[in-house]
Amino acid sequence: MYGILPHLDICGRGVSTWTAKRFNTPKSVDIPLSKGRVYCEEPQKLPVNNSANSYCLGIESTADDFGAAILSFEGKVLSNANDAYMPKKGGIHPREAARHHAEVAEKVLAEAFEKAEIRPRDVNLVAFSQGPGLGPCLRTGATAARALASYLGVPLVGVNHCMAHIEIGKLATGARDPVTLYVSGGNTIVSAFEAGRYRVFGETLDIAVGNCLDVFAREVGLKQRRGVPFGAIVEELAGNGKTFVSLPYTVKGMDLSFSGLLTAAVQTFRKKKYSVEDVCFSLQEVAFSMLTEVTERALAHTEKPEVLLTGGVAANKKLQSMLRVIAEEHDARFCVVPRGLAADNGAMIAWTGILAYKSGLSTPIEKSFVNVKWRLEEVYAPWVEG
Amino acid sequence: MLLKKGAEASLFLEEWHNRKVIMKRRLPKKYRLPELDLEIRSQRTVHEPHIIHKAKEAGVPTPTIFMVDVADANIIMEFVDGKQVKEILDHVSPEERLSLIGRIGGMIGRLHKHGIIHGDLTTSNMILTPYGKVVFVDFGLSERSKELESKGVDLHLMKRALQSTHYKFAKECFEAVMKGYAEVVGEDETKKVTEKIREIEKRGRYISER
Repeated sequence: MYGILPHLDICGRGVSTWTAKRFNTPKSVDIPLSKGRVYCEEPQKLPVNNSANSYCLGIESTADDFGAAILSFEGKVLSNANDAYMPKKGGIHPREAARHHAEVAEKVLAEAFEKAEIRPRDVNLVAFSQGPGLGPCLRTGATAARALASYLGVPLVGVNHCMAHIEIGKLATGARDPVTLYVSGGNTIVSAFEAGRYRVFGETLDIAVGNCLDVFAREVGLKQRRGVPFGAIVEELAGNGKTFVSLPYTVKGMDLSFSGLLTAAVQTFRKKKYSVEDVCFSLQEVAFSMLTEVTERALAHTEKPEVLLTGGVAANKKLQSMLRVIAEEHDARFCVVPRGLAADNGAMIAWTGILAYKSGLSTPIEKSFVNVKWRLEEVYAPWVEG
Repeated sequence: MLLKKGAEASLFLEEWHNRKVIMKRRLPKKYRLPELDLEIRSQRTVHEPHIIHKAKEAGVPTPTIFMVDVADANIIMEFVDGKQVKEILDHVSPEERLSLIGRIGGMIGRLHKHGIIHGDLTTSNMILTPYGKVVFVDFGLSERSKELESKGVDLHLMKRALQSTHYKFAKECFEAVMKGYAEVVGEDETKKVTEKIREIEKRGRYISER
């Protein structure tokens, strides 16, 4: 099987040295200086094939996940392979995560092709996660994507990671114009489409909600199990919590802050007055109430017909039930991304790549720098109506 | 009569002792745990009239408070007749727009000078009366603070609100806000606040110039 991907040793060892070398080069070499570089300024005339026989390979490598997926241009997920980096202790070390990605790239890509039952040369488009995210990780995925695109002679599309979470949510749930709450380990964003862009109505001023739950779990000594994120462990424990402990509730207009909540939750636990279950329960109640309040504000403000919950933390049942309540109160349909597409994955990258490509956008290799701080609002999205 | 169902509170237009009044009721939120819900609602109900009074002391027009009912999380206050700045800002002449926004900037300056952080500075929370006075409403998220950080976050919110609702003139409008602000608090303080806003923006995620 690996024989059909002869050039892929570029994504093996070669990448780690390439990445390591890049570390020592000046910042300006690798990080784009202006915002408008990411897609071609002028859409090119591209041979757009809109059939089910056209396929896109999507590569995701923003943080701890390396994912590769094949989607047909109609939006059918043929395969969605993934391998996550597990730190031995602490959080994600960007360089270690990138090394992991380089090591598993070949295996994950081969698995994606195998499951989709197509050959690499059947691919018509390669999409990759261009940002925002951890630089070394993004560069590893980008290198694999560039190599594959040029080897196969197909166009390359750089995709905004945050937008991909929204787009895959829309594809999977049929939502057309939602207020989106995107919650994960790296991002906490309330967004809705207005005047050609996904506008950010509210976001975290410091750490992401998923990060808050992860760090809390590590600080209080919870053990991570393979394939089970810390958020799920906190959720499990919270289910057995009975006593509510008052913790700081910080909403500033439309924006949120979780760092004070994290510190207070850890300190409360260390005082040994309350059980870990009670603190988990209270932490979830406060954090999710904050998120729900801000989402409700955005919903009241924009009067959109749908609420979409997406990102890794979207798998949390408690958060889902809270958002369902506000959606019903405002006569909006509540949509939640399916579990398999909630966390970072290649399918969302492939799908957003397909949408961009169908609108005549592609990213020439010489403009395919990663953009570690690429804001959602900066992305041109001509395919969205509204 | 329900005037507006906000995310945080509902506004009712009522007749109360022969007076047209606004009843601001913080209805229980079903998604929140009852203990947490009660805590948040009563805290905000006590806090809001208090800070509205402080704003008057600072010389910023705000509605008159007639009654506060903590147990019911209900505030009865003056009905301010006029139009939301949000509704008119896009439809006035550029000169009028900048002068109005400049005045608003000055009022924000007065609030900050007296240690009041509004907490939700959007153009829908400012009402222009037929007499040309701008009244600040909805102090539901306000706090007392003289810290540079709080002032920065407050103005950062104003900037974000301008960008999301009046994106066509967001830049010039925010510059006018800061100009009006500077006239009240002085150039030195404004410089510090402006730097703070920049720092807050950079602290936010994925700003290309970070």
